Amino acid sequence: MTDPAPPTGTPADTRPPKPRPAPVPDPDTAPYWQAAHDGHLVVQRCRACGATQLYGRDRCLACRGPVDWVEASGRGTVYSFTVIRQNYSRPFRDQIPYVVALVDLEEGPRVMTNVVGCAPEDVRIGLPVRATFEAVSDEAGIALFTPDETRS
Amino acid sequence: MSGGRRRAVVAGVATSDYPHLPHLSEHAVHGQAADRALADAGLTLADVDGLATAGFFPMYATGVAEYLGLHPVYLDETNTGGSSFEVLVEHAAYAVEAGAAETVLVTYGSVQLSQMGRRLGTGGGGGGFAPGPAIHDALWGNTLVGNYALAARRHMHEYGTTPEQLAAVAVTMRQHAATNPQAQERDPITVEDVVSSRLVADPLHKLDCCVISDGGAACVVTTAERAADLRRDPVYVLGAAHATTHHMNLSAMPDLTVTPAAQSGPLAFARAGITPDDVDVAQLYDSFTITVVLTVEDLGFCAKGEGGAFVEDDGLAVGGRLPTNTDGGGLSACHPGMRGMFLIVEAVRQLRGQAGATQVPDARVAVAHGTGGMLSTGATLVLGREVP
Repeated sequence: MTDPAPPTGTPADTRPPKPRPAPVPDPDTAPYWQAAHDGHLVVQRCRACGATQLYGRDRCLACRGPVDWVEASGRGTVYSFTVIRQNYSRPFRDQIPYVVALVDLEEGPRVMTNVVGCAPEDVRIGLPVRATFEAVSDEAGIALFTPDETRS
Repeated sequence: MSGGRRRAVVAGVATSDYPHLPHLSEHAVHGQAADRALADAGLTLADVDGLATAGFFPMYATGVAEYLGLHPVYLDETNTGGSSFEVLVEHAAYAVEAGAAETVLVTYGSVQLSQMGRRLGTGGGGGGFAPGPAIHDALWGNTLVGNYALAARRHMHEYGTTPEQLAAVAVTMRQHAATNPQAQERDPITVEDVVSSRLVADPLHKLDCCVISDGGAACVVTTAERAADLRRDPVYVLGAAHATTHHMNLSAMPDLTVTPAAQSGPLAFARAGITPDDVDVAQLYDSFTITVVLTVEDLGFCAKGEGGAFVEDDGLAVGGRLPTNTDGGGLSACHPGMRGMFLIVEAVRQLRGQAGATQVPDARVAVAHGTGGMLSTGATLVLGREVP
């Protein structure tokens, strides 16, 4: 009669599970998605001034110098986080509650991500985290983060 | 606004019916608000030579002009999200002062509630559809509420802001809404009601979030010279400014506790020749309770970090530190998606002494501040009963 999970008026969802969304690589970002696909976290570093940045861009944000992709440590700390308790969009509505966080990487750039591998209530600002990867297409992966037991 | 001969004023304002308009198209909401704002000014569409509006399709203003049967020689559809209408009025003021237009109609219309209903409530979040770089924050199941929750969490961490302080914003808005017969939610609420309502995205509860409505609003911008023959006492556009820090990627916002209001506010106040102390009443975009706390700080009504204490104890009520959102705001009265136009209408009504039960006595200077996107844009408009 009534389905408790989907919003009122929505019929029971019998569709197959929906995969995580996958980014479509473009000339600025393809190396980033490919690296994550292969289990690496990379950031851009300026050849002229040494500044680091994400997301990938054509030039350095600080000085417009040329940039290279360089390997990052995969270590970071939680700058802020929220526990999502309402989202009607698939596939996320089946994962509620889950943590969306902004993580400051050791190399400087800040990324949005999910903190996984722990209970939502164990996440806090300042929590040391490390990257873990999930391939979401043949050409792209994403960097999720888990608590870094070696630094907590 | 400028020191030139021509001076921009708001000569007419109106809202459409709200908050539920299942019998009207989006364009008809524009039309209803436009007719009423023009009638308020004592004008008709035949007097309009400029049109400014914002929506979610390219050539949006052109479409509204066609629907209204207008052939304007000035068009603006700058879209900065919820702050668009403060920007459009700023631009319209420049246009009439420069002589590029005589009378600019600024309209907004939305049937978001009827069209999409509550499913829009958290702003989607499925991801994978974002254009260009916006994909970077669109992969994580984050929601619109989640973005503001991230800012709220960070503000609480840095400054000790409490859920109860955030809740105080919602409680005051509801007090104001109780006096607005059109308001979507009018039953009084307490701080306890807010903090015990369902968490949508920690630390934001359901009652920390704006309502979702149908509705529209409009205003007429012209010159003081033209307004001298019109129906209402003019309200002067004393100063305006806008700013942006990022687009849809909250990860690109340099500091989650500092919004673009920190740039637009001081600029607009300087252009108006006023300070925050001169402001009698404020209409501040209240998509979420945290939005208001951040905005009162960034506009300089209190120091950074003191916004929580500022909004407590009826700080935003009439008679409080800064009477704010005297129509009940987006949190209780009406939030059709881009609420900025409503802020201007209520600011003008306050300056005319037409605000009814929530009238601020002898209000002479009002501020309308819009916030758009994911705290991405801010636009400040300073309005006054006379030129200082």
